[in-house]
Amino acid sequence: MRRTTKIAALLSAGILALTACGSDEPETSTDPGTGGESTTSEETEAPQSDLMVGMAYDVGGRGDQSFNDSAAAGLDQAVAEFGVTSQESEAEDGEAENAREERLRTFADAGFNPIIAVGFAYGPSIGVVSAEYPDVNFAIIDDSSVEADNVASLVFAEEQGSFLVGAAAALKSETGQVGFVGGVETPLIQKFQAGYEAGVAAVDPDITVDVTYLTQVPDFSGFGDPAKGKTAAQGMFDNGADIVYHAAGGSGGGVFEAASESGNLAIGVDSDQYNTADPSVQDVILTSMLKNVDVAVYTYLSEVVGGTVPSGVTTYDLAADGVGYSTSGGQVDDIAGDLDAYKQQIIDGEIEVPTAP
Amino acid sequence: MSTRLVSFLLGLLAAALALVAAFAITSLVLIIAGDPVGEVWGEILTFPEQRNLANIINNATVLYLSGLAVAVAFKMNLFNIGVDGQYRIAAFVAAVVAGEAWLPGYLNTALAILAAVLVGAAWAGIAGLLRATRGVSEVISTIMLNFISTSVVAYFLRKAAVREEGSNTLGTKEIPEGSRIPSFSIGDGPGTEIYGFIFIAVAAGFAYWFVLNKTRFGFNLRATGQSTTAAVASGISVKRMTIGAMLISGGVAGLVGLPILFGDSYSYGSTFQSGLGFAGIAIALLGRNHPIGIALGALLFAFLDEQSNPLQILVGVSPDIVAITQGVIVLTVVISYEIVRRFGVRLEQQQVAKADRPVDEPKEVTA
Repeated sequence: MRRTTKIAALLSAGILALTACGSDEPETSTDPGTGGESTTSEETEAPQSDLMVGMAYDVGGRGDQSFNDSAAAGLDQAVAEFGVTSQESEAEDGEAENAREERLRTFADAGFNPIIAVGFAYGPSIGVVSAEYPDVNFAIIDDSSVEADNVASLVFAEEQGSFLVGAAAALKSETGQVGFVGGVETPLIQKFQAGYEAGVAAVDPDITVDVTYLTQVPDFSGFGDPAKGKTAAQGMFDNGADIVYHAAGGSGGGVFEAASESGNLAIGVDSDQYNTADPSVQDVILTSMLKNVDVAVYTYLSEVVGGTVPSGVTTYDLAADGVGYSTSGGQVDDIAGDLDAYKQQIIDGEIEVPTAP
Repeated sequence: MSTRLVSFLLGLLAAALALVAAFAITSLVLIIAGDPVGEVWGEILTFPEQRNLANIINNATVLYLSGLAVAVAFKMNLFNIGVDGQYRIAAFVAAVVAGEAWLPGYLNTALAILAAVLVGAAWAGIAGLLRATRGVSEVISTIMLNFISTSVVAYFLRKAAVREEGSNTLGTKEIPEGSRIPSFSIGDGPGTEIYGFIFIAVAAGFAYWFVLNKTRFGFNLRATGQSTTAAVASGISVKRMTIGAMLISGGVAGLVGLPILFGDSYSYGSTFQSGLGFAGIAIALLGRNHPIGIALGALLFAFLDEQSNPLQILVGVSPDIVAITQGVIVLTVVISYEIVRRFGVRLEQQQVAKADRPVDEPKEVTA
């Protein structure tokens, strides 16, 4: 009995400690920094605003080199330009629903207004808390399920951007086979897949698209496991694909590695990964599907600073420059004409991109 | 002092020692990291507001059930790491059953709870069966079953899922209003509702105590846990006890997700709370497998979780510091109970020695 107890104690302490390490790393270094940054910019920059912005990140928080970082970039820009004050907090993996609600309430009670929730996981809690604090303005990214006067839903047409990189992959593929690696199989990531497949098919319906997802809900580790991403991409390259598009957040690093080792190409996601990924894999990044969360956050904050309070659903699509493709590295320069033609057709409504595969 | 009182005081001493040590170690971590120690403890140890209090009680209810599930197996000297997988698959099945609403009102609720208990028991029973018939370590098999549970739930969730317009979360059908377990409020304002399921949790705690201490089955279970050979010698079937203990442990694990399901989320979706089973192991250890001890442990963990939430916003320190505290508490508890146990043994020996000497001589004379 006592031996079991000791083993159990060691194991569970280890598990608890490991969960602490896992999410601790990125933020301890960045969080105090942002706190300092916002106050110093207030002192040095000319513009001043008494706006206090509360930023509730999804799991991973600032420093994930992907989705959350993109939102953080928009916030930083607003802090620098408008002199707003900001405070940040991030979700923990597998936390209780009332922990998310409580995070939003803590912001509201501490006088933060507006409060921006990053990620669809906050959808239900925004619904609850926005009703409790009718005088506080909320914004939520990637969810449009809440309809209230004090809630702005910022959503993206990921399928349109994915269509363009799909077209790029089809135009560049030599083997007639391309791949898609999704992080976690959710409706959101399926939008990326649907757009990508449509883009490939628009160029050449005969090209096959291999699709794989790293994990299934409720296991969200597929967004942060480069080893899984590498294995999945390696399998596709071995199978004859020569370009793989990933929508897998932090797991994408593994996709780039696999491409680099096998001499193939990969497509990045969310931000211009040619600039954010490890320099050793830069040359395999054909292009990146840009999801400009920073533009959405910045635009929202600029409107709040300007005195108007946005509410309702705002879709950031190709026309609004909310999504797009990156050109860093110059690998798609020769097909830029084709891609821009597709882009114009989507904006004009001549091509309608599906949102589900 | 009576021996009962002494052992009670020693128990309190052990718990206090463990907490003080854990707080000291956490403070040390904060100092090394250069974070404001005073402010952090100030924030964590403030008296919670009504709605925080409600959250603490609600989360403690969930953690309590998880701790109980682990404790049942511990009593039999089995280490059920699989509570995590068991409660997730059980909560999912309960959500589907309740969402389909084959029966009206509370009959539907009862059916869903029964389904959850049966599924949890069956899932844990696999490990129990393997252990009893093939000698497979339940530690290994339950860990593997956790992974399988994740995949099974993911597979069926995509079939059962309904998606709300504009939302990117996946979830099962919402439980109809007539089948939800009503909450009661402990204050005014929003967010002060306590899950009605808390009464079921208390009943489960009582049943745990009763079955283990007042029934023949409970006696057999404890006896087998303490010495298999003695149990065999007195005619207890160890195989049956192993499977029985795992079935009960899994059945209780099946209840873990239900307070959330019937009191808050009303559906099982991609954002359903995970990791509760692992917290349960720590809490069962902390509570020494005693129904009241587990309750205190669950309240402590829920308190730390809740109070750490605003740390990042108000003090600028990551709430993960509390995960360190929780992990350290588990270790210090085991160490301090061992120290206090040895101290208690020595105390007893001294008392016996003291009592022996004067009594010795007249005894010999009479003999």
